[in-house]
Amino acid sequence: MVKYMFLLYGRPEDQLPEPGTEEFERMRAEWGAATGAMARAGVLLDCAPLQPPAAATTVRVRDGETLLTDGPAAEIKEHFGGYTLVECADLDEALKWAATLPAAHAGKVEVRPVVQVVAPAEQPAG
Amino acid sequence: MLRAHWWAAVAAVTRQVGDLEVAEDAVQDACAAALAQWPAEGLPASPRGWLIGTARHKALDRLRRERRRADKEAEAMREEAALPVTGWAAGTDDELALIFTCCHPALDPAARVGLTLRCVCGLTTAEIAAAFCVPEPTMAQRLVRAKRKIRQAGIAFRVPGREDLPARLGAVLRVVYLVFTEGHLAADGDALIRGDLCDQAIRLARALTALLPGEPEVTGLLALLLLTDARRDARLSPAGDLVLLAEQDRGRWDRAMIDEGEMLVEQALRLGRPGTYQIQAAIAACHSGVATAADTDWREIALLYAELIRYEPSPMVVANRAVAVAMSEGPAAGLVILDTVGGDGRLARWPQLHIARAELLRRLGRRAEAVAAYEAALALEPPSPERAYLARRMRELR
Repeated sequence: MVKYMFLLYGRPEDQLPEPGTEEFERMRAEWGAATGAMARAGVLLDCAPLQPPAAATTVRVRDGETLLTDGPAAEIKEHFGGYTLVECADLDEALKWAATLPAAHAGKVEVRPVVQVVAPAEQPAG
Repeated sequence: MLRAHWWAAVAAVTRQVGDLEVAEDAVQDACAAALAQWPAEGLPASPRGWLIGTARHKALDRLRRERRRADKEAEAMREEAALPVTGWAAGTDDELALIFTCCHPALDPAARVGLTLRCVCGLTTAEIAAAFCVPEPTMAQRLVRAKRKIRQAGIAFRVPGREDLPARLGAVLRVVYLVFTEGHLAADGDALIRGDLCDQAIRLARALTALLPGEPEVTGLLALLLLTDARRDARLSPAGDLVLLAEQDRGRWDRAMIDEGEMLVEQALRLGRPGTYQIQAAIAACHSGVATAADTDWREIALLYAELIRYEPSPMVVANRAVAVAMSEGPAAGLVILDTVGGDGRLARWPQLHIARAELLRRLGRRAEAVAAYEAALALEPPSPERAYLARRMRELR
């Protein structure tokens, strides 16, 4: 099994609707349907929207010095708006699930395999 | 002879060790070992079994050395214990899985073609680079990146299920078609390598037809390639100039290839699931089935192009239909259709559009406009045999 991170990109002008509005309920229903199906299929590990890019801080360390910049890492037309973490048998399965997300229709979803990190203590000897 | 077993060997070893890159390197090493050993010791009873067995050992050796892939090694070791060592027939499913992996839509399209020629056809990186006119390191890099993506992204080594097959098969057939057109169209490169690409594409299409006998588009593609390649010798004059279909010496067409192609396209169409390759093959059969260019049934060809537009609504297909309509109903009718697609920016960069317009304008006696259209085609720098043809046409008009 491989873990895949779905990086959800949308247009900067697409704001999350206000709670309580009809739009908000529709968005919640769409996302609930997509992620609910993933959860029932047993592939969903985690998912969440992110606060807007304005709330981002970009961290770089250069020559031992930590540099912080206000805002997202890259100035691009589309911004990274959330993520979904799944565990699937292979890329084909992951791509199918990615295509079911509303973000794939309104924006784009980048599918990135997650590197399996083994903590030093867990590494097999030799 | 080693190349004949390449596909099956890379497929079988990939299945066993779970890594295309390791498998391909191991098969390469096994072929080198065969070249050193076989002349001295004689052919093994099963050359394919020997190659696969030797390559498997080499692959496992490498994985053992690479401790970081400890889990894959354990898996491969378990599988090795379960497999007989020699003389087993390579699974056709493995061969299909290999080509579906190389043509996976998550890979860069240019890389799919290169990867298929390398892993399935066994061409060297140098040969592939020469065929596509790119420096060898560029092609090598492209192949390495594609193989790395297959491993890192978790692209599965398997034949797609029924629901995914049409789309995934389309991607495979597209690669085979591109291998062929690269060999067929770019006539000004190294002729030997170019012809080899046509042969490789036909070989791939033939193998796919055997592996997927119930898929009419696969059969249709094989028919199309055979019917097109049958004209190979007649397409170029002794001086290397392009000879148009209407002016080709039909006696130099390969009759055996035409017979097989015509038989295959009929067989495919009888299944009642037409598609772009079957229709293109049917169009090619309209040309191959008549003794002289004057006998061509252009009305039938125009109808087939109209049908093709339903599957491939590209301005190029529309332009081809316009030419067929011009042949059956007169140049003015063709020109009307051509001018409906002339505004398309993509098509304006396609020399064939301007050549087609020029031919129709010439036949209508609009000489100045015809010359201008030939000039527009020349400005787009078509392959050199076509350049020579266009220059000749312009001289005739002036």
